[in-house]
Amino acid sequence: MSDVEPTIRYTMHAGKPVVEFGGNWTVMHLRGIRQKAAKAMASAGAGRSRMVDASGIDRLDTAGALEILLLAGGGADTEVKTRDKTHADLFEVVQKNMCDAMPERHVNWFAHWLEEVGHNTIEVYRQAVNLCAFFGEILVVFVEACLQPRRFRVNAVVRQMYEVWIRALVIVGVLCFLIGVVIAYQGIQQLRQFGAETFAVEAVGISMFRELGVLLTAIIVAGRSGSAFTAQIGTMQVNQEVDAMRTIGLNPVEWLVMPRILALLIAMPFLGFWGDMTGLLGGAVACTVYLDFTFVQFFDRLRDTVGPWHFYTGMIKAPVFGVVIATIGCFEGLQVRGSAESVGKLTTRAVVESIFCVIVLDAVFSIIFLLADV
Amino acid sequence: MSEGGQLNDHRDGRDIVLRLRGVRTQFGDKVIHDKLDFDLFRGEIVGLVGGSGTGKSVLLRTIIGLNQATAGTIEMLGVDTATLHGKAERAMQARTGVQFQDGALFSSLTVSENIIVPVREHANLDEQTMRDIAALKIALVGLPPDTGEKKPSELSGGMRKRASLARALALDAELLFLDEPTAGLDPIGAAHYDELVKGLSRSLGLTILMVTHDLDSLNAVCDRIAVLLDKRVVVGTMEELLAYDHPWVREYFHGPRGRAARQEQE
Repeated sequence: MSDVEPTIRYTMHAGKPVVEFGGNWTVMHLRGIRQKAAKAMASAGAGRSRMVDASGIDRLDTAGALEILLLAGGGADTEVKTRDKTHADLFEVVQKNMCDAMPERHVNWFAHWLEEVGHNTIEVYRQAVNLCAFFGEILVVFVEACLQPRRFRVNAVVRQMYEVWIRALVIVGVLCFLIGVVIAYQGIQQLRQFGAETFAVEAVGISMFRELGVLLTAIIVAGRSGSAFTAQIGTMQVNQEVDAMRTIGLNPVEWLVMPRILALLIAMPFLGFWGDMTGLLGGAVACTVYLDFTFVQFFDRLRDTVGPWHFYTGMIKAPVFGVVIATIGCFEGLQVRGSAESVGKLTTRAVVESIFCVIVLDAVFSIIFLLADV
Repeated sequence: MSEGGQLNDHRDGRDIVLRLRGVRTQFGDKVIHDKLDFDLFRGEIVGLVGGSGTGKSVLLRTIIGLNQATAGTIEMLGVDTATLHGKAERAMQARTGVQFQDGALFSSLTVSENIIVPVREHANLDEQTMRDIAALKIALVGLPPDTGEKKPSELSGGMRKRASLARALALDAELLFLDEPTAGLDPIGAAHYDELVKGLSRSLGLTILMVTHDLDSLNAVCDRIAVLLDKRVVVGTMEELLAYDHPWVREYFHGPRGRAARQEQE
């Protein structure tokens, strides 16, 4: 393969400006050609021309031909003199198909930002409305299923419960245990300064029962099961499985959504309880190590100082969080349209939205419990 | 039988663009192709057909290097592909183009950007030049100019196939591989696509190997047809294959669909 650089010469021929091209004009040789052309044109002092002499060209492809026509300044009406038929054919094809590339749109950044904000606002609003509508649909199916219990699809519920509950036990347990250790340790460190280190037991107990046990579990479940719901249903959506279900007369809400929501509704309190217990265990271990407590002392003090309502407040939140996470996960799954790319995008969105909702709800619950004085 | 699996020799002194000799592919114990010989001559369009499970796609993947042949040699544009490494391999990739069945356009990029990817990678021209080239390719494959700004997900199946062809043509490849280019298109769209491929191959001097099941395409576009039979290929023109005595070939070309396609052509 010869490697002759492309050449350009602006000359006059019979009183008319002509551009002469030579060398190789393929896409591999076009690097920096426009600057070169501008220089050649400046040094020749010639203007653009509609006459092209391409007979000196060695190798040519469509990109080269396009560049030649653009450099000559002409479009489809440029006159081209070529060496042989193949080159002439190439020029003809390119001339026929040449059109101006779409100019890049330059948008004012402020206008662009405004547009983005507007789009996002509308998007959030739509999302909220659709989510409410979806929740309504779920309720309708739920009521129908209550009248006709066969429609609860027990098999699917059990299978989902295994996925979201049993298989989550290890991760929830380990993380809550560690957080229990950390809170006890930090509590002991800080409270020791005024000789109240034994209050670390209350610190662990109350924070675990009221907030952390359930909240931590909810966040893990959102990341683990909420995302899985979106990905599963989203993939089915991409494969048109959901459409197929509809044509067979199966309601996707009944078959896909309800089992998942029920499974999480049931599993979340148990998982939250498990989280509480492992958290306390972590606290107890930390207290035996840093405080010379025995396990018995720890749990005695816990029983005496932490009332049952601390525990109930946490447990009341658990099923609500479960329903919210499952609803958002399934909702986003059904929002998937078209490509596999959107599965990934909506899975991310499901996790972010469900964690956001869980924390907002947690704040709402705090206010309610404060007002109820429990 | 002549060289390269041909029933009769059709070389006519043309370059051999692609040359397979004694190619064997196998997965585990399952042998897909064995002692397979095949030649592709410059400027022709060859259709590759075969029953399902005979390894059409495997053969295509082996030729383009996505799959390693267990034995045999594959020469592409005069170079043994097994000896290609690094720079030479990249240069060869620039001279060949592949259109995958569903387009395989990069979903996060617009059509224009999809076409620019190989140009940027191999030639690295300035942005404006590359955009001009992309616009030309889009026009060449018969898509409206505003397609360039669209994402692949906004296109119909037929448009995606055309856009994918535009990307395969981005570097003016000499040798083009098309995997089921008309599958999933309506007959009108498929006919237009056939015309497009034929026109492009003529005006740009392309050599094309296409896997297809579309008997109309075989009739309308292909100069020769390669049939995968008993782990090898048999290559011939439509007339030669019509006269070829093999149960699968007879059923394929003499079946109701084959007859209908031929009548239409006449």
